Amino acid sequence: MNSKLTQKIAFSFLFLCALITIAPVLLIVVIIVVNGISAISWDFLTTSPTNGMRSGGIFPAIVGTFYLAAGATVISLPLGVMGGIYLSEYSKDNFFTRILKLGIVNLAGVPSIVYGLFGLSLFVIYLKLGASLVSGCLTLAIMALPAIITATDAALSSVPQSFREVSLSLGATKWQTIRHAVLPHALPGIITGTVLSNARITGETAPILFTVAAFYLPHLPGSVLDQVMALPYHLYVISTQIPGISKSTTYGTALVLIAFTLSLNLFGIIIRTHLRRQKKW
Amino acid sequence: MNFKQIKEFIIEKAIFLSGSLSIIFVILIFVFLIKEGALFFKYVPIKDFLTGTNWYPLSTPEQFGMLPLIMGSLLVTIGAMIISIPLGVACAFYIAEVVNPKLKDVLKTGVELLAAIPSVVIGFVGMVTLVPLVKNIFNLPTGLTALSGSIMLAFMAMPTIVSIAEDAITAVPRRYKEAALALGATHWQAMYKVIIVAAAPGIFAAVMLGVGRVIGETMAVMMITGNAAVIPHTFLQPVRTLTATIAAEMGEAIRGSNHYYALFVVGIILFIITFAINFIADVFLHRIKK
Repeated sequence: MNSKLTQKIAFSFLFLCALITIAPVLLIVVIIVVNGISAISWDFLTTSPTNGMRSGGIFPAIVGTFYLAAGATVISLPLGVMGGIYLSEYSKDNFFTRILKLGIVNLAGVPSIVYGLFGLSLFVIYLKLGASLVSGCLTLAIMALPAIITATDAALSSVPQSFREVSLSLGATKWQTIRHAVLPHALPGIITGTVLSNARITGETAPILFTVAAFYLPHLPGSVLDQVMALPYHLYVISTQIPGISKSTTYGTALVLIAFTLSLNLFGIIIRTHLRRQKKW
Repeated sequence: MNFKQIKEFIIEKAIFLSGSLSIIFVILIFVFLIKEGALFFKYVPIKDFLTGTNWYPLSTPEQFGMLPLIMGSLLVTIGAMIISIPLGVACAFYIAEVVNPKLKDVLKTGVELLAAIPSVVIGFVGMVTLVPLVKNIFNLPTGLTALSGSIMLAFMAMPTIVSIAEDAITAVPRRYKEAALALGATHWQAMYKVIIVAAAPGIFAAVMLGVGRVIGETMAVMMITGNAAVIPHTFLQPVRTLTATIAAEMGEAIRGSNHYYALFVVGIILFIITFAINFIADVFLHRIKK
């Protein structure tokens, strides 16, 4: 067989593999949209579940997920950005930095259910916060941390060295230089990283199982020490433990959940693409 | 020291502290898992735990043999890897070497979005589409099997494998490829004889991280593998993984009971497995950077 033909066949095969890898995204979205769209109504989005969660809406779960995502971001953003600043601007090429990077990689690799156990052990039991919004937010925040640190580090490292040199030569201190000459240019990259990690957190179920999620709670939380319902856990509950629930309710819940996470993701990806085109240094 | 210097000093310390947080949290996770799990071995010999073949936490006497759970995780992971390694690496090659730049962005975004779909949604879609399909094709009493779990998990491992393998392929110095082409190789020959060899450590790291992702996956597995804690013999049987065991049983385990401690020990084992996998992958990735 001639080698040009082999190449053609091989490339077609690679194309097929890429197609099989990407197709499920479309397939999953299409299946959920087609089956779930009929459930979406103003009532579905703004009322509480009724009749043993077989009918009614998913309002408390939407609000709970929103609180969790917002709370986790408020906690993890400052810590993650400062961690990224340390890594990019202060750390030296030594053993400690090596260990630190290994720590970040490992934190990113800890299974989500192990985060759930950790949250249960530290926040719920040891710190006596109980299964509550604050325990859930803290658990999710730690989970979000590595992605924000990595994104901040990458964004800061891509700012040219000359920006720092100019600022330092004008007599600015190291922190002033970072704060005024480097950080503003890295901001869009940091926002992208935060949005993407936030999107992931929003869809997580395992870490909130024992730290915050309520099976059924038809009212909104009154304080940060209350439990909340959350969309991912609600989807799990109604699709596995409520027999005889209408198909459109489950699909509708799944639709709201992926609308949440995918739009956050697209938003992050759009900022990033826009940014790449703009930057010319 | 004037005010400006004091401020600078405080900020630097705060930044250093935040920087160290990642290490602190990894240690905290380990410590707090041990804190709850260690008591278990006061009551149950470690040998029974690791080699016992019965996981009956609620019967009397209770039995905590972890072998069925380990075998369950192992089987599902092997199945997922058989599917996702060839597909993922081929997809990475296609994105890195073959496709035109415009389509490349589309494909990369697609892979990224695959990673963004929550695992509970993947589990749900698997339940309503794949599970009945597997049941009918193989004529089984239930479609909740290791095979269904492996297929869904393969897609969850794909984003990790594709993106890291693609980075590794892109990082291969251009001159390797150019030298191969100059010697008369076709683009494809250069790819499978030269580039793949040069990118091998990175591809290996990608596969390791994919394995880590699959072993740690919880919700999707719990929803589609059937959750039967028996030692599996084929892919067409229900299985129970380490992760699903924790997620399914912790809600009912009484705090302070052996069952409760046992679930924390399962967590410790998961933590150690993923730690080792990430460590190995990191060593390989680090080697490339040098």
